[in-house]
Amino acid sequence: MTTPELARPRGNRRIFGWLHRHPRVKLGALLVVPAGWFGVIYFGSLALLFAYAFWSLDPQTGEVVKQFTLANFQRILEKPVYGTIVIRTVAVAAIVTVVDALIAFPIAYYMARVASPRRRALLFMSILLPLWASYLVKTYAWRILLAPNGPFDWGFKLFGFDGFSDIFGISDLSMTVVFIYIWLPYMILPIYAGLERIPNSYLEASADLGAKGGPTFRRVVLPLAMPALVAGSIFTFSLTLGDYIIPALVSNTQFIGNVVFASQGVAGDIPFAAAYSLVPVGIMAIYLLVARHFGAFDEL
Amino acid sequence: MSQRKGLISAAIVAILAAACSSTSASPAASNGPASQAPASQAVASEPPASAPASETPVATIGPGEGELNLVAWAGYVEDGSNVKEYDWVHPFIAANPDCSKVTVKTADTSDDMYTLMAQGHGTYDGVSASGDASNRLIDRAEVAPIDPAVIPDFKDLTPFLQSPANNTVNGFHYGVSHGWGGNTLMYRTDKFPTPPTSWDAVFDPAKMSAYKGKVTAYNGTIYIADAALYLKTHKPELGITDPYELTQEQFDAAIALLKEQRPFVGKYWISYADEDANFESGASTIGTTWQYQTNALKGENPPIPVEAIVPTEGMTGWSDTWMLSRYAKHPNCMLKWMAWMVTPETQAQVAENFGEAPANPKACAILNTSTKPYAIPNFCDAYHVTDEAFYNAIAFWKTPVRDCGDARGNTCVPYDQWLAAYTDVKG
Repeated sequence: MTTPELARPRGNRRIFGWLHRHPRVKLGALLVVPAGWFGVIYFGSLALLFAYAFWSLDPQTGEVVKQFTLANFQRILEKPVYGTIVIRTVAVAAIVTVVDALIAFPIAYYMARVASPRRRALLFMSILLPLWASYLVKTYAWRILLAPNGPFDWGFKLFGFDGFSDIFGISDLSMTVVFIYIWLPYMILPIYAGLERIPNSYLEASADLGAKGGPTFRRVVLPLAMPALVAGSIFTFSLTLGDYIIPALVSNTQFIGNVVFASQGVAGDIPFAAAYSLVPVGIMAIYLLVARHFGAFDEL
Repeated sequence: MSQRKGLISAAIVAILAAACSSTSASPAASNGPASQAPASQAVASEPPASAPASETPVATIGPGEGELNLVAWAGYVEDGSNVKEYDWVHPFIAANPDCSKVTVKTADTSDDMYTLMAQGHGTYDGVSASGDASNRLIDRAEVAPIDPAVIPDFKDLTPFLQSPANNTVNGFHYGVSHGWGGNTLMYRTDKFPTPPTSWDAVFDPAKMSAYKGKVTAYNGTIYIADAALYLKTHKPELGITDPYELTQEQFDAAIALLKEQRPFVGKYWISYADEDANFESGASTIGTTWQYQTNALKGENPPIPVEAIVPTEGMTGWSDTWMLSRYAKHPNCMLKWMAWMVTPETQAQVAENFGEAPANPKACAILNTSTKPYAIPNFCDAYHVTDEAFYNAIAFWKTPVRDCGDARGNTCVPYDQWLAAYTDVKG
């Protein structure tokens, strides 16, 4: 009993000493678990998704036939509805991104360069707090806000406008509004970080050289904030692109995700679901390449 | 450190195993949990391609394993937290202290249910499956056959529910019938002073134009059958006999009808909560429903003015079965639950709370004298509990397959095409 206890620290010390002399092995041992996790779980599932996309479902037996076929992609290309859904999803994601950027920029600018530290903390809290609430709660809250006889409808009726619930209510417009609200913090925070990094001296130099507010913004602030803006847009764009719950709850239309979701279940058509999932993966790959061009990853 | 590493690698292994078992799409006989008695008898040695011809039904109930995890429709597993008068979970625990923890995952659609059971091996012990999921679960060997003798009240079930096609295959009972009902037509009484009598209220554009955007429909592929059922009466020249067994021509007609309906639909409801919210706000005023939503809306304070009717064309419907997963970790508790769910007392509570016909007519005596919130006079007459003709008139949910089941042979449109077409309808 006593012998192993005495032996253990000595053995440990020997191992530590050896590791100290071989720093690469030490680093490798430290990284193997997280890297393994990332490699196996993350890339493994992506690889599986990719493989499934080229398999097919035998409608008779409901079994997945593990033989290479392009049938799923043929179906996506031939049936116009799948193209329509992709265009709709991308269009809404783009609108959400642009509107979020327009709303987020002034807020982030105010926080980074104008607000007193006290007010900045207050703004930070009000932006971060909603992130603690469940996404579903926020979505249902918006449904109530936009519903016929809901608060907005009621408010507009006070001013004699009756058509609110016809325009909003359950519609694509409502869905877009909810997306804009839900993802806004993901746009504000990167832009804030980007703007905060611009040294005051740059703005002073611009003023010294005779530039007024407009040109300074266009030629100094905006180019320097561009990488942050693009980084924020990656969040809003990809999060909207992949969502399927807000479309189902707030609108009556389908996103790519809704079709993917419907394809499993009793239908069990995982191969088609996988093939259709590759569409947003492809779109994001292109988006990230463009984002890299704008320097979104320069400061990583 | 090494302990934590071990944990993580164990987690990786577990996830990999889960991924593998879902890719192979066939249950591995060696899956741990099912090796406990008595479910071990139910484990299939080979994954059958279709309903197994030879099985060993579970014939005994051993001591409970402490807990029970269920997949169920909303309203099927109530512990009094929604309406305090409706509670059959606590009495179950009191009667079965060896199954003291009951958790439920509520599924919104049959698709959800099937996915949870097929991908959650070992997570769930049983499910309350409707016919469009139950046969698929049997075919894919997800559920185990039981010997009806383990369910003391089985002999009291309505005769036509003892061995219905949706849970009895090749003479094997894959579970116990629980209750059934129809998808009725619900409307806001304040918006429809003259009550509708026909499904044309949600399929005829001439009628719907008066309330465009207020129509609601079920957001599920199986809703195509509702259109087919309507055409069965209104376009007899199509010769539709069964709304789940449609030839291409009949199917195309149903899809065309749904596309015609599409612009009038304000919201396809995705869950009971979704439909309730829409009828409450007035975003929807008419459309297909389950009795559960109608009861819930009427039970609000103040009550929402809604009513539900059986239209003249008949209706689609569901017949649900409690089924035991082959991968159950707590098979004995599940069997006890199945037995519990068909006792007259529980049947009466579920039927009244959910708004469906109980499978066990002995519940009627309790229902007819009930004073609980959702009690209605002559409950069992209203729900046609023992009326076989009425039961036969409901087009019960089932999974469409290529085989029409009659002289037409393999000319019917299978489910994967239903799904693709439904995606197209919604656009």
